[in-house]
Amino acid sequence: MTRDTGAGAGAEGTENTQSTENPENAVVTGPGDDRMVVAENVHKSFGRLEVLRGIDLEVRRGEVMCVVGPSGSGKSTFLRCVNHLEKITAGRLWVNGHLMGYRQRGGRLYELHDTQVARQRRGIGMVFQNFNLFPHMTVLGNVMEAPVQVNREPRAEARENALRLLARVGLEEKAGAYPRQLSGGQQQRVAIARALAMRPDLMLFDEPTSALDPELVGEVLDVMKNLAEEGMTMVVVTHEMGFAREVGDSLVFMDGGVVVESGAPREVLTNPRQERTQAFLSKVL
Amino acid sequence: MSTPDDHSANPAGPAGSRPAGGAAAGQSPPEAIKAVPVRHPGRWVAAAVLLLFAAMFVNMLVTNDAFDWPFLFENMFSPPVLVGVRTTLILAAVSLLIGIVIGIVVAIMRLSDNPILVGLGWLYTWFFRAVPRIVLCVLFGNIAILYQTLELGIPFDNYWLPLLGIEGDARFYSVPMATLLSPFVAAVIALSLSQGGYMAEIVRAGLLSVDKGQSEAAQALGMSRGQVLRRITLPQALRVIVPPTGNEASAILKDTSLVSAIPLTTELFFQLQQVGARTFNLFPMLVAACLWYLMITSVLMVGQHYLERSFTRGDRGAQEQVRRIKSRAAS
Repeated sequence: MTRDTGAGAGAEGTENTQSTENPENAVVTGPGDDRMVVAENVHKSFGRLEVLRGIDLEVRRGEVMCVVGPSGSGKSTFLRCVNHLEKITAGRLWVNGHLMGYRQRGGRLYELHDTQVARQRRGIGMVFQNFNLFPHMTVLGNVMEAPVQVNREPRAEARENALRLLARVGLEEKAGAYPRQLSGGQQQRVAIARALAMRPDLMLFDEPTSALDPELVGEVLDVMKNLAEEGMTMVVVTHEMGFAREVGDSLVFMDGGVVVESGAPREVLTNPRQERTQAFLSKVL
Repeated sequence: MSTPDDHSANPAGPAGSRPAGGAAAGQSPPEAIKAVPVRHPGRWVAAAVLLLFAAMFVNMLVTNDAFDWPFLFENMFSPPVLVGVRTTLILAAVSLLIGIVIGIVVAIMRLSDNPILVGLGWLYTWFFRAVPRIVLCVLFGNIAILYQTLELGIPFDNYWLPLLGIEGDARFYSVPMATLLSPFVAAVIALSLSQGGYMAEIVRAGLLSVDKGQSEAAQALGMSRGQVLRRITLPQALRVIVPPTGNEASAILKDTSLVSAIPLTTELFFQLQQVGARTFNLFPMLVAACLWYLMITSVLMVGQHYLERSFTRGDRGAQEQVRRIKSRAAS
C-alpha cells in the first residue's frame, strides 16, 4: 500500500493490514489473538462531565463479561464506546483487532469516515434497554433489514436465516407481527435475533432486561444464556446478579467511571474486596 | 359503550382473576345500570337557533337574484373554466411535489454535520419563508429584466479574456429567457421554491421527532448514514410529515390563484373572473370559485385520510389486533 492513502484505501488498511504494516496498531493482533475487546485507559467526557476515567479491561473470545455498578457509573457509556456510538476522548479501544473509530499511522490518529465506522460495527451486535425495534417494519423485516441492506444478502436467503433466528428465540410465529403487538420480552428477543442476523463476533447487551416486567425477564435471560453456551463473546451490562453469577465468566464492578473490582463472578459477588463493591452489593443482593 | 356488553357477555373473564371470583361465578351477571342521563338543554337551544339561521341562509340562496344559479351552473363548467381547473390542479401538484423534494433535501442539509450545508439550508428557508408568494410570482414573471438570456460558459469571461488579450467570449450556449421561462414555468418555480421553504421545516420537525434510539440501533447494525436516513428515520418521520403536508397541499392549491400576477391567465380563478367581467355578472362566478375550491379540497381531504392511514401501519396493526381480541372475547 502506498504511503499517502485516501479515505477509501484507508478502509482496506484497517481491514487487513493493521498488524503487519502498522506496528502502532498491532497492540492487538488480528483475529488470531484470543482477545476480542481490549480497552486501554479509556476516557470519555461529555463537556466537563467525565464519565469514564480510565478503563482498562480485556474480553477474551467466548467470554461472557458482566458489567455491574450503580447508575451513573459509566457502564452503559463504556458499552456504547465499544461500538463507537460514543467517541472516546482518550485511550485506545480495540475490537477484534480493529482500533475502533480511528486509524493509527506514523504515531498519529486519523478519524475514520462514517462508512468505515459502519463497517467496523458490522461484527458487533448490540441490544438496547429499550429494544429500539423499527416500528414501521414487521418482526421479519426488522431481522432481515441489516443483512439485506448492509450485507446485500439475497432476500430469500436473508428471510430463511431470519426465520431460523426467530425460531431460535422462540418467536417464529410472530414473524408477520409489528413490534407494538409484542410484549416487551418478545420485543427484546426479536432485538437479539436482529443483532444475530449480522453474524456478529461480539454481542453487547445494554441492560437488556431493565425495561421489562419482572415476569418477562426470564425469557430474555434464557435466550442470552443459550447464546453464551454456544460460545458467543458477550459483554452484558446488567443488574441481574443471578445471571452474572450463573452465566458470566467474569464480572466487572464499575463506579465513578473506573473499574473498581473485577474477577470471577462468584468470587466478586460472595467475597468482594473493595469497600465500594461491598456497599453496592449489600444493597442489591 | 361496549364495556357493559363485554361484562354481561363474559362475566367470568374479569371476575375470575379477583379473589371474590368463586362467589361471583355462581351469581347471575350484574344488571347494567339504567340511570336518567344528565340533561343538556343548552344543546337544544343552540340547535334551534342554528336551524333558524340555516333556514334564513337557504332562503337567501334561493330568493336572492344575485346568485343567478342557472347562469352560474352554465358557466361553471364552460371550457375555459375547465382548462383553468386543469392548470390549477397540475400547477398545484407539480409545485407541491417539487416543493416536497426541495423540502427533504433542505431539511437533510440543515441536520447534517456539514456547517456549510447547514448555513445554506437555513438561508434557503429564511428567504423563501420571508418573501410572500405573490411577490415571488411577480418577481419570476419579470425575471427577464434581470437576465434577458440564459448563458452557459466560464464565469467572469468579460474580465479575464481581455487580460489574456483574447477577443470574444467564453459562453458556449445561450437561450433567451422568454422562451425558457414561460408563465407556467415561472409559476412552477415561484410556487415550488416557496413551498420548499415550508416543507423543509415540516420535514425537519418530522426527522427530529424520530427517537434517537432508532438511528442508534440502525448504526449499531452497521448501516451507513444514508441507509439509516432512507430506511429508518425518513419512513418513520413520514407519519409526522404527512398531516401538515395535507394542509400544505390545500394551501398551495388555493395559492395558485396568485399566479395571474405573473401573468399566467389559464388558472381557475382568473378564468372565472374573466367570465364574470365579460358578462357583467361577477358575483355568481365568485360563488363558482368557492364551489370549485371546496370540491377540489374535499377530494384532497379524502386522499389525505387514506395516505395517513397507510403511514401508521405499525400502530394500525396493533389496533386491529385489539379489535380482534375484543370481538373474540365478546363472542
